[in-house]
Amino acid sequence: MVAVDAWSPSPLQVERDRLRRRATLRSRLIAAVSTLAVGTLLVVAVTGSSGWPRVQAQFFDLATARDALPTVAHALLVNLEALLICGVLVPVFGMLIAIARTTQSPVTLPLRILAAAYTDLFRGTPLILVLLVIGFGVPGLRLPYVPTDPLFLGVVALTLTYTSYVAEVFRAGIEAVHPSQRAAARSLGLSYTQTLRFVVLPQAVRKVVSPLLNDLVSLQKDSGLISVIGAIDAVRQAQILTANLGNFTPYLVAGGLFVVMTIPLTRLTDYLAARDSRRRLAGGAL
Amino acid sequence: MPVLELQQVRKRFGQRWVLGGVDLVLPEGTATVLIGASGSGKSTLLRCVNLLETVDDGSILLDGGDITAVRADADAVRRRIGVVFQAYNLFPHLSVLDNVTLGPRRAQGVARGEAEGHARDLLSRFGLLEKAADYPDRLSGGQQQRVAIVRALATRPRLLLLDEVTSALDPELVGEVLSLVRDLRGEGMTMLIATHEMGFAREVADEVCFLDAGSVLERGTSQQVLADPQQPRTRQFLQRILTPGA
Ligand SMILES: Nc1ncnc2c1ncn2[C@@H]1O[C@H](COP(=O)(O)OP(=O)(O)O)[C@@H](O)[C@H]1O
Ligand SMILES: [Mg+2]
Repeated sequence: MVAVDAWSPSPLQVERDRLRRRATLRSRLIAAVSTLAVGTLLVVAVTGSSGWPRVQAQFFDLATARDALPTVAHALLVNLEALLICGVLVPVFGMLIAIARTTQSPVTLPLRILAAAYTDLFRGTPLILVLLVIGFGVPGLRLPYVPTDPLFLGVVALTLTYTSYVAEVFRAGIEAVHPSQRAAARSLGLSYTQTLRFVVLPQAVRKVVSPLLNDLVSLQKDSGLISVIGAIDAVRQAQILTANLGNFTPYLVAGGLFVVMTIPLTRLTDYLAARDSRRRLAGGAL
Repeated sequence: MPVLELQQVRKRFGQRWVLGGVDLVLPEGTATVLIGASGSGKSTLLRCVNLLETVDDGSILLDGGDITAVRADADAVRRRIGVVFQAYNLFPHLSVLDNVTLGPRRAQGVARGEAEGHARDLLSRFGLLEKAADYPDRLSGGQQQRVAIVRALATRPRLLLLDEVTSALDPELVGEVLSLVRDLRGEGMTMLIATHEMGFAREVADEVCFLDAGSVLERGTSQQVLADPQQPRTRQFLQRILTPGA
């Protein structure tokens, strides 16, 4: 093997590197200029329109935003709480349902049918309907020991709906693991459950990380829907402020906060997806 | 008592009989080689022995115990049999060391330290120790297949099943895998081997069985079957495989 430090690039390589750097610089410049141009155009088009002054006063009032921010941000804690609970429950239940659906023994047929019926039902029903039915239906039943506060019921509805999405994601991952992997594991003497735990699920989860995180991002913003059943979350708080102040700016404040809340997870999703495709390109056979 | 004995084993897929009553006896420390055209049932036979398929008639005895009995514990049987597949089937999410120790640790309850010690011994014996921490996709095909063999050996099997273990390899990598199998043969490992490598078969086989449409058409020592076949179909097969393109 040739020692790396004994090598200095040939003139040919030096020239190639120089040209490459120049090309990179040029494309960055073009990108910057075009972004600036489009941005300016948009701003001019919007602020130049005849209705802009009124819209600005109604939606972009800085003083109102300053007043609304602390209250709305505080109410966002309700969304965060819902999110944290769902973020734990949804993957756990989703995984259990995916496992149930992918069992093969005749004994577990009822389990498979139940799991399929559940996912079909909740994947097909609009979340808002699930929220309304759970949020207003369950308290109406006057069941003993079942809490009726809107946050709890909202979490139940979100979990029911999102578990069905996430279960399908996990199921796709499990089915994407080649059957020969199971055969190899069983050949070593591993039981069905051990094979699932040590061989199938670790590979399945790796395959579905990005779609999974995508669903979690959706869950984050859909946590704002629990306002329709009366939870005082960021959306609901913004609505109250809007009514009191006669100005729509609080809605935009809430929207901005939701975006800020989802950004870390969105970036993480992009990063993991990029890493994944890089590894696939480099790794070859997997 | 032989390590493995097949008595009139039959297997069908749908209405088609893929194995039509196969008898086989493997005394301890011997190697039996299955040859035969693609689709003749070699893989199916190996999969039946490993209980990845259930037989439709006949019985298979491992150390005298009937493993095709309804009450047989399939996982326990598989712990006593090592299998190496044509496509390696290493676990891509586990390092070489973890691939090798998975069976002993999870299926046999061996402690981690002990399992890893044994795995390192095996890996170093076959020149793979420096790959212990690597993931399978960093290895060449020959290295992957050797790791797969080490993985099968790690459970200290009574019997090793090898299904065309060199068929997926580039020609220059075949040698390193075959020489490993040769070493095992020298150490007295009992083996049932499906292969298209006739030179290798001649060298390691105590008995060669020519499988044709799910039946053993001809059997004997490698001298008898490979050098002096009696059946026209055996001759035909050998001619085709020894003069490719003919
Ligand atoms: N799971 C299966 N279902 C239906 N037919 C199968 C199955 N596995 C193998 N076969 C058929 O059984 C025959 C024997 O296959 P196999 O044992 O793989 O042969 P070989 O390993 O000798 O090439 C082939 O005709 C194949 O198509
Ligand atoms: Mg085969």
